[in-house]
Amino acid sequence: MSTMAAPVRQVSGGVNVKIVNRVVIYGLLALFALFYLMPLFVMLVTSFKTMNEIQNGNMLSLPKAPTFDPWLKAWGETCVGLTCAGIKGYFWNSIKMVVPAVLISTMLGALNGYVLTKWRFRGATLVFGLMLFACFIPFQSVLLPMATILGSLGRLGVSLQNSVGTSFGLGNPTVNLVFVHVVYGIGFTTLFFRNYYEAFPTELVKAAQVDGASFFQIFRRIMLPNSMPIFVVTVIYQFTNIWNDFLFASAYAGTGDSMPMTVALNNVVNTSTGVVEYNVNMAAAMIAALPTLLVYVLAGRYFVRGLMAGAVKG
Amino acid sequence: MSTVATSQIKLTPEHTRRRASVRSRLQDALPKIVLAPSFAITIVFVYGFILWTIYLSFTNSKTFPSYAITGGRAYQRLWNWTFDVDPPSSWYTSITNMGIFGFLYIAICLALGLFLAILLDQKIRGEGVLRPIYLYPMALSFIVTGVAWKWFLDPGLGLEQTLHQWGWTSFHFDWIKNKDFVIYTVVIAGVWQASGFIMAMFLAGLRGIDGEIMKAAQIDGATTFQLYRRIVIPLLRPIFLSAFIVLAHLAIKSYDLVVALTSGGPGGSAWLPSNFMYEYTFKRNEMAVGSASAVIMLMTIVAIIVPYLYSELREKSR
Repeated sequence: MSTMAAPVRQVSGGVNVKIVNRVVIYGLLALFALFYLMPLFVMLVTSFKTMNEIQNGNMLSLPKAPTFDPWLKAWGETCVGLTCAGIKGYFWNSIKMVVPAVLISTMLGALNGYVLTKWRFRGATLVFGLMLFACFIPFQSVLLPMATILGSLGRLGVSLQNSVGTSFGLGNPTVNLVFVHVVYGIGFTTLFFRNYYEAFPTELVKAAQVDGASFFQIFRRIMLPNSMPIFVVTVIYQFTNIWNDFLFASAYAGTGDSMPMTVALNNVVNTSTGVVEYNVNMAAAMIAALPTLLVYVLAGRYFVRGLMAGAVKG
Repeated sequence: MSTVATSQIKLTPEHTRRRASVRSRLQDALPKIVLAPSFAITIVFVYGFILWTIYLSFTNSKTFPSYAITGGRAYQRLWNWTFDVDPPSSWYTSITNMGIFGFLYIAICLALGLFLAILLDQKIRGEGVLRPIYLYPMALSFIVTGVAWKWFLDPGLGLEQTLHQWGWTSFHFDWIKNKDFVIYTVVIAGVWQASGFIMAMFLAGLRGIDGEIMKAAQIDGATTFQLYRRIVIPLLRPIFLSAFIVLAHLAIKSYDLVVALTSGGPGGSAWLPSNFMYEYTFKRNEMAVGSASAVIMLMTIVAIIVPYLYSELREKSR
């Protein structure tokens, strides 16, 4: 009975219901789009207003006389703690930290993934499991020992500086953060590459082996040229995570000139002295958000894929 | 050195064989040698450090680590604080906040994410525009998210002020300054940031469902509601699980959001255990207590993650 009746009922019953349905659906979707856009919109318009306009005007109104001054001030003049030279230095700190940390952790992840899938050995699953679990630990449980170790390395750096003349980067907060991010990023990068290489035809590797290609030759000539998508995903994922990190940054480079962007931004915004310049704060927040937003706009597809790969395996 | 040797001495077959075997043994071990540094780093800096933290939690370390075991006093104190309701201890506040935040954050993100995914899956025109709008907050740091919402929720500047200007003068919304409600503002900002991503996960799941099943159900006369309740949502079970894991993990770690949005809230009323850990370890010179709280956080994560990873890995190797 139903096989015949259902389509008929749909056709006769539905034109009005269907239109109402559509309107409701589009209405809801638009409403939620507003919800997600609102804070960014407010941040953006505020960053182009004068303080006068902020105090007397409406949060949602467009700036009457858009000014770029808050951005310039945030970049070059605003006070972070006691130094008033803007956030530009901290922005570069973040870049100096992010680039090596992303490259090293991604390369290591690629090699690990290659070994774990194409050169299986007994216990490989256990090794992978242990590395994978490391992705999920709350970093609070390693924060203090790492601080202790970095402290001793710093002291070693100072005595090397005095005796040999160079500290080899020991004790440099940016180097420390690169190290920390590589250590706690390997789990994710390995996961990404392992899952990607798992689907890569092992016969190709076997054939190359028979032809006498070495471990690294196979990696360079066969695996790497075919890994572009997962490289993009991993680099974006690592870039976003490391750029946005606050916990490690505040624990190991929380004061002084070597703060990364997130810590500096938090200092700018939560400073309790003087008049709070909301427009400058918002401009600083926008500057801190721009690199990751840009990546998202340019490569959103890969960004999502990375998040998914981190969440859903395979 | 061996190259020098080969050019001078005529090689006997014996030599060649030994050299070859060393080389091939090296070649065989190479994959393990490549993997070894990463594995060693993980063992030392993850598992070793966890043991170190556990060790510290059984000492009476204050400002500096002390390595004399003095028993479970730190845990004893946390346990006592757990029942210090009036006035609430920082630990009591932290764990109740974790309960409230964790439950609402996960539940709302799951519900909203699924809801939006289902809406977007109705052959919507402009999906390509809407999806990135829902998802972009995930690209922002907790710090930027916190700054944006702090401004938006500020009674003197944000939403309340705006509605007053529009004539709704009785509107009152000062949760961010209210010690009993500040944790809910953290929920709002957290949901704003993560729900779009959960939507994307569900949407990917919905797109993966076999259209034939849906068609068959429709032909059998199932209403749309029945279709989703009886067929689609049960099929999305694995996504629910993954999304839950992601959210639980984010929730336990969300230290930055509380700092940026509320600076800890009035009198530390917005603290989560992660804030408790940081404050006690680095600011209040109670290293042992801080470590003990970190161990408790870790155990909570372990209880959630390990069964999940175990089943995933077993499925993979089967």
